[in-house]
Amino acid sequence: MEHTSNEKLLDIRDLSVEYHSNGKIVKAVSNLNLSLKKGETLGFVGETGAGKTTTALSILRILPELPSRITSGEIWFNGENLLLKSKKEMQQIRGKEISMIFQDPMTSLDPVATVGKQIEEMIGLHEKLPKKELREKAAQMLEQVGIKRERIDDYPHQFSGGMKQRVVIAMALSCNPNLLIADEPTTALNVTIQAQVLELMKNLKRQYQMSMIMITHDLGIVAEICDSVAIMYAGNIVEYGTVERVYENFCHPYTEALFDSIPSLDEDQEELKVIAGLTPDPTNLPSGCPFHPRCPYAGPECAQQAPEVRETEPGHIVRCHKDLKGGSGNE
Amino acid sequence: MSEYLLEVKNLKKYFKTKNGPLCAVDDISFGIRKGETLGVVGESGCGKSTAGRAILRLHEPTAGQILFNGQDIVKYSPKKMKEMRRKMQIVFQDPYSSLNPRLSVQALIAESLRVNNIGKSDKEREEQVKQVMDVVGLEERLINSYPHELDGGRRQRIGIARALILNPEFIVMDEPVSALDVCIQAQILNLLGRLQDQFNLTYMFISHNLSVVKHISDRIAVMHLGKIVEIADSAEIFNNPRHPYTQALLSSIPIPKVNLKRERIILEGDVPSPVNPPAGCRFAGRCRHAMPVCKEVCPELKQCGNSQVACHLYPAEENSVR
Ligand SMILES: Nc1ncnc2c1ncn2[C@@H]1O[C@H](COP(=O)(O)OP(=O)(O)OP(=O)(O)O)[C@@H](O)[C@H]1O
Ligand SMILES: Nc1ncnc2c1ncn2[C@@H]1O[C@H](COP(=O)(O)OP(=O)(O)OP(=O)(O)O)[C@@H](O)[C@H]1O
Ligand code: SF4
Ligand code: SF4
Ligand SMILES: [Mg+2]
Ligand SMILES: [Mg+2]
Repeated sequence: MEHTSNEKLLDIRDLSVEYHSNGKIVKAVSNLNLSLKKGETLGFVGETGAGKTTTALSILRILPELPSRITSGEIWFNGENLLLKSKKEMQQIRGKEISMIFQDPMTSLDPVATVGKQIEEMIGLHEKLPKKELREKAAQMLEQVGIKRERIDDYPHQFSGGMKQRVVIAMALSCNPNLLIADEPTTALNVTIQAQVLELMKNLKRQYQMSMIMITHDLGIVAEICDSVAIMYAGNIVEYGTVERVYENFCHPYTEALFDSIPSLDEDQEELKVIAGLTPDPTNLPSGCPFHPRCPYAGPECAQQAPEVRETEPGHIVRCHKDLKGGSGNE
Repeated sequence: MSEYLLEVKNLKKYFKTKNGPLCAVDDISFGIRKGETLGVVGESGCGKSTAGRAILRLHEPTAGQILFNGQDIVKYSPKKMKEMRRKMQIVFQDPYSSLNPRLSVQALIAESLRVNNIGKSDKEREEQVKQVMDVVGLEERLINSYPHELDGGRRQRIGIARALILNPEFIVMDEPVSALDVCIQAQILNLLGRLQDQFNLTYMFISHNLSVVKHISDRIAVMHLGKIVEIADSAEIFNNPRHPYTQALLSSIPIPKVNLKRERIILEGDVPSPVNPPAGCRFAGRCRHAMPVCKEVCPELKQCGNSQVACHLYPAEENSVR
């Protein structure tokens, strides 16, 4: 946290995104507001289908063109609204200013090109360098992520899963981006390799003074690497604050449910506290607060009226009609 | 008879590859008591699923004995094994791909019965299907739905119902909650716990998620590259891990708490190939305690305090392993 400034790097205002599929409209993101300071790492958490990837793809403007539509909002990055940029301008921004790492490293790697060539290509997109220097820089990037430079002429299939993901990280970092978006970068990895990759990301983040959005299901990973956290449910952020504040004083019933669902390593629990019900149908979201059919605290107002956000203390934001503070904080 | 419902002795499963045999499971021995859950953890490719499948003879074991209720089922004829399999079931990880998309919930669950020639009529089978749907918490109205219309949690309940309808004694759970969101995962874990109590089931629970395994298991076996490197009571593994690999695994779990201070063991080095694995300890290349002997001699599983550990750091004790 010592590296965060107060300057906003990214400011998403009132973003709404829809997908059209089989004649139905999926409201993937609804009126989302979120900002990120320079040097900050934000954890973006929520269950499958909550809209995390959609938000990330919107920032980079790489949503699938046919079924998707941004229906409202602005995405300010370094003082400019990305949604008003031309395709060509966005191409410049991607990679150079904002990079993204996907869950499956193979989506970003070309199986028939050597890793060296692929890193060189990324560097070459934004920096005109003589061939030899390009190769030297690619070798340095590999070393940065803990892969020996001798392996520069190897192909992706010659690397293990963790190493492939490290190559992808090297590619993402090779242009020294201001913002790195990592979409579940370690989900496909073993815990031991995950620990390696997280350690690497922590160090690189410090070294490059980069801002980062870490999309994950894992509240443990957020605790490890993030400064702030946004909890997403059915297309919107229901709770946001510093990791410290949210983990010790969460106020939203869904956040509480998330924490209750994780089996504890310190205590023996006969049964886990579970929340009934399922993720809502995104083509037909419940009225009022979309969490109300599953919420143990729901009252009559919850089905009728969508709750507004409120601040429980400066910087800690909750979207809920009830005030659970006092009643249900984390022990 | 032994105290175990299932006893596995020196089980090996090698796959043929063009570079030589791949030692997916290489001489493992353990027992599971009736009503107990044995958790099996380890990195991807260490042989967890292969072990689970070899025990049900879905893969034919290369060598070893599998005693179920004292009988070596490796020797059973295919016909006898088929009958046996009613008592020994498996639930798979991926509730998306393990169910035939063209069958309805009713047909999927009844399929188990039909394959095993159970139930006199369709009517009788339908009654049984409804009963088991109730037991696993599937709403009766879903009986004519198709898997793609259901969420992951409900699909996994179908998988559990298919196993349960045959009244098994033993179920291999191969990553049954790994594909699910934490909230749904918690629902399924609770269900599995209740079913175990209700029907006195014995589980072999395979997972790479250590907090899930700790929650559900009485004992835990840690696998590394085809071998069991440590096996002990769940609490013992977590409070007093002895094998350096177990220690590294535990220190790698991200814990959802702030301001936690703990030492993390970051493993360096490559995992060796299961084809022609190294002669000594297979963890030696990544172990920070490795000694010269480790590269030469493969450590045997030995009793050490309340655990069995395969590591040269621990000298043999009097009461060695079965
Ligand atoms: N190309 C698409 N066409 C139609 N619907 C889509 C498309 N991509 C995503 N959706 C829908 O939009 C919603 C949000 O999806 P998104 O991928 O953003 O969720 P997510 O939070 O990233 O989930 P996960 O944790 O599973 O990755 C979901 O209901 C999803 O089914
Ligand atoms: N049918 C097969 N033919 C050849 N090799 C196989 C076969 N099935 C598994 N293997 C190999 O056996 C080893 C053990 O695989 P297994 O699937 O048992 O691992 P696992 O521990 O279940 O891993 P995961 O956590 O990824 O499911 C791996 O090296 C794998 O590639
Ligand atoms: S607004 Fe109502 S239903 Fe929604 S989370 Fe708060 S209490 Fe629950
Ligand atoms: S036998 Fe040697 S190399 Fe293997 S785990 Fe023990 S100390 Fe490490
Ligand atoms: Mg996603
Ligand atoms: Mg497996």
